Amino acid sequence: MIMKETISQNSFTTRITAHHGLFDLHLKETLSYRDLIFLFVKRDFVSKYKQTVLGPAWALIQPLLTTVVYTLIFSGLAGLTTADIEGDYIVPPFLFYLSGSICWSYFSGTLIATSNTFLANSAVMGKVYYPRLVSPISTAFSHLISFGIQFSMFVVAWIIFAVIGGTSIVITPWLLMLPLIIIQLMILSTGLGIIISSVTTKYRDLQMLVSFGLQLWQYATPIAYGLTLVSSSESFSKYLFLYQLNPMTPLVTTFRYAVFGFGYFDLTYYLISWGVTIAFFVIGLILFSKIERTFMDTI
Amino acid sequence: MDDLMIKVENVSKEYRLGQIGGTTLREEMQRKIAKVLKKEDPTKKIGEKDYSDGETFMALDGVSFEVKKGERLAIIGHNGAGKSTLLKLLSRVTAPSTGGIGLNGRIASMLEVGTGFHPELTGRENVYMNGAILGMTKKEIDKKIDDIIEFSEVRQFIDTPVKRYSSGMFVKLAFSVAAHLDAEIMLMDEVLAVGDMAFQTKCLNKMSDLAKNEGKTILYVSHNMNTVRKLCNRAMVLEHGRVAFNGSVEEGIARYLKDDENASLHFDLDKAKRPYGGIGDEFRALSLDFLDDRTRFKYDESIEAKFKFRAERAYKAVRLRAEAYYFDGTEIGNYESDSFEVKAEGEHTINLSFKPDVLPIGQYYLILNIYEVDLTNNHQTLDQPSQRIPFEIYEDDPTGIRWNHEYMGHVRMGKIKLKDN
Repeated sequence: MIMKETISQNSFTTRITAHHGLFDLHLKETLSYRDLIFLFVKRDFVSKYKQTVLGPAWALIQPLLTTVVYTLIFSGLAGLTTADIEGDYIVPPFLFYLSGSICWSYFSGTLIATSNTFLANSAVMGKVYYPRLVSPISTAFSHLISFGIQFSMFVVAWIIFAVIGGTSIVITPWLLMLPLIIIQLMILSTGLGIIISSVTTKYRDLQMLVSFGLQLWQYATPIAYGLTLVSSSESFSKYLFLYQLNPMTPLVTTFRYAVFGFGYFDLTYYLISWGVTIAFFVIGLILFSKIERTFMDTI
Repeated sequence: MDDLMIKVENVSKEYRLGQIGGTTLREEMQRKIAKVLKKEDPTKKIGEKDYSDGETFMALDGVSFEVKKGERLAIIGHNGAGKSTLLKLLSRVTAPSTGGIGLNGRIASMLEVGTGFHPELTGRENVYMNGAILGMTKKEIDKKIDDIIEFSEVRQFIDTPVKRYSSGMFVKLAFSVAAHLDAEIMLMDEVLAVGDMAFQTKCLNKMSDLAKNEGKTILYVSHNMNTVRKLCNRAMVLEHGRVAFNGSVEEGIARYLKDDENASLHFDLDKAKRPYGGIGDEFRALSLDFLDDRTRFKYDESIEAKFKFRAERAYKAVRLRAEAYYFDGTEIGNYESDSFEVKAEGEHTINLSFKPDVLPIGQYYLILNIYEVDLTNNHQTLDQPSQRIPFEIYEDDPTGIRWNHEYMGHVRMGKIKLKDN
């Protein structure tokens, strides 16, 4: 097109055209809005706990209650194993469930929130431009604050167990894996979330499926039981490879390995998990940047 | 060449008519299946026009223009001419269907002041947030925060959550954030319609000051010709998505105030769809024509029209009802006629006249409904052609209120009489 050429020949700082490249993701521009990301995180956090009596303590209550219920039902009543690997050392069930729940609660919380990006922000996004990716990124970070609070609770619970119950605190080099795991958790949940948010601008159905799907997904992840439940089961152990293709499985077991200094780790599945994570994220970015241009017309 | 700030080339924006967003997968499937089976779309509302054949609407159609540094361009046009769509494209809220736009420098849009304000945060926190949404960094806002607070006149309440603000304070704060942006190009869409007069004047002065002394480029959309005259040095008139005029402010305003040449005076009601079957057979509305060759009326004038219909039999008492809508589809009210008799079958013509004096300045349309009052005083619909009959109301009193339909509704309730005590 002749018209298009003259626009690109001139030295314009911003060009708005009808078509855009598949990998035109505005990542650099998004980075220049990091102050906005910070402010969004702050806004989310402040507005979430304004006019509540307990404030950020609410972040603790949900995983704490979940853990108590798991401890009573899955460990106490059903007697399910809390071991990721056969061995002498058994992590106290309470700590086991707590570590799993805080991972899962970050994952599901971030996924649900980011999957609603376009719908929740349509009022602002319909009026002004800012790189749309800023919204899901700040969601991921604001949930990270809750995760941090929950993780501190986990550390406190562990110390209590060590002092009262005599559980030994083992610190190994595996602890260094922790940041990597948290980063993966963020990328995976954001990637899936923005895929869903892109599709829901046209079809709201998926929105209904998200929280329900997450519930089912949790059963396919060793949160309420240890990995040995699957690997030692006669009928299910042959599906172990499938089970481990779930990117959350290696993520959760590695998280427990890192904090307890003991557990299950398989490099192949761990790398596959990273591969899946990055694939989701890249697909998400491409979809998101395609949808963000015109979603206001269809929402 | 380097002082060229905006270049818009052959930009079009196409919207698909009918329902698009907000569908569920199930509805989409039903629609597809119905199409294959050649059945009527089950998700379609009764009486709704069938847009499934991909009927489209060009909100903008091959628009090209350039704006140079320091220019203050007014974009004027009737509702639906494409002004807001153009601003949406310039502010990157949505992308054009064809064509391209080049911008030099940062663009700040004040499409609706206060978007992005969070009720729980204080005024100061919201200034930072609003500034960041508009593309400023924290450092830049730090430098300007005092000017912003000073200009906003709400210093006293700056550390109070904005949910406690009055709407006036809200607007003042929001405007002063936008006015202190370091953007080279500013887009404004009727932002001055709210806020008190003194503050409006202050804003206008600030804007002209920014353009004259700091070389900022301003694009201003308004229906208020007085503010256009004060602020702008060039005007562009949009009509039906096309640039109809681009030149001096006075000529542009004259062009805008002149009758829309493309407006239709004749409406073929015979060919129009009926919302449901069984009507329009025995009694059929054929056409409606505006007399006086115009569709723009001053609010205290009478609208004269000629209505033609065909009756298959005689009727004792027929009445005409005209549903009045604001152009965006909001129902405002109804005009009613007295009963009239149709003495014999055949084609008839009657002349109608009504006063639109409760309608404030704006664009409206009518939908006709003809019914019979039978012996038991029941109303029986005879015909209801779904053809919209658009018209416009204007006012030329420069001291009159600037009617903002969003905030003030669609009815002017009349004068308040001042009584001598």
